[in-house]
Amino acid sequence: MAEKTVATPEVPKSNMTESTRHQERYVAPPVDIYETRDGLVVLADLPGVAKDALDVRVDNNVLTIRGHARHVVPGEVTYREYELVNFFRQFELSDKVDQGRISADLKCGVLTLNLPKAEEAKPRQIEVRVG
Amino acid sequence: MAELNPWQTLEALRRELDRVFDETGTRNEPFFRTAFLPGRAARRYPLTNLYEDKDAVYLEALAPGVDPSTLDLSVVGNTLSITGEKRRVAGDVKPEAFHRSERATGKFVRHLQLPVEVDENKVHADYKDGLLIVTLPKAEKAKPKQITVQVG
Repeated sequence: MAEKTVATPEVPKSNMTESTRHQERYVAPPVDIYETRDGLVVLADLPGVAKDALDVRVDNNVLTIRGHARHVVPGEVTYREYELVNFFRQFELSDKVDQGRISADLKCGVLTLNLPKAEEAKPRQIEVRVG
Repeated sequence: MAELNPWQTLEALRRELDRVFDETGTRNEPFFRTAFLPGRAARRYPLTNLYEDKDAVYLEALAPGVDPSTLDLSVVGNTLSITGEKRRVAGDVKPEAFHRSERATGKFVRHLQLPVEVDENKVHADYKDGLLIVTLPKAEKAKPKQITVQVG
């Protein structure tokens, strides 16, 4: 599974003046990817992203994760160690992933994607016949 | 494409660098302070923001994937302690099955000094979308008092 490093997509480039203040910032969320017998599992940390603010799609063999994080806390900020930013990351899928059966689950700020292997890519036991 | 103007490119680069340093200088630099450290675990965890209004202090902590049942909070005086554990994956996965391992995991403890005295009995915490939100109502004596001006 190759990754396309697209860190800041669709940033409207105006004419290099001081207008950088209000652009939306995107970061690539950290992911774990592991393989099981049936496929790949992708876990991505997306803190502050609600289900309706998350967009996961596959297009042209490219898996795109995009999420918008929102602060929900009232009051004025008095001390800050982080800012919630928007998340964006793309992965190129191989043909060995069955794209029709990809499933996604968002729980506790972690997105779990199950990418099942296509049938022909699964390991197969070959029975040895004794002639 | 228009003709490449090296001065304009340099100028753009300088502006961009200025912007980066400006931003990080004025805002507690959460990114810059940790950008070159090996691994994400090498920093304070969980990262927290504090918010305040006239009745309470609110703490928001970045804790995606932390099992809420492992979270333990306690308030003594004006110190808030948070402990918990973030597990890598549910179930057993062999290390060699990992293609990528970027998420920080493990147990954590963090103690935070709160800016005001809080009412320890009314503290409550919510966990939503990977954010821990602790509401810490201010103690009565720490609340601002409105003083009416008498017109004599």
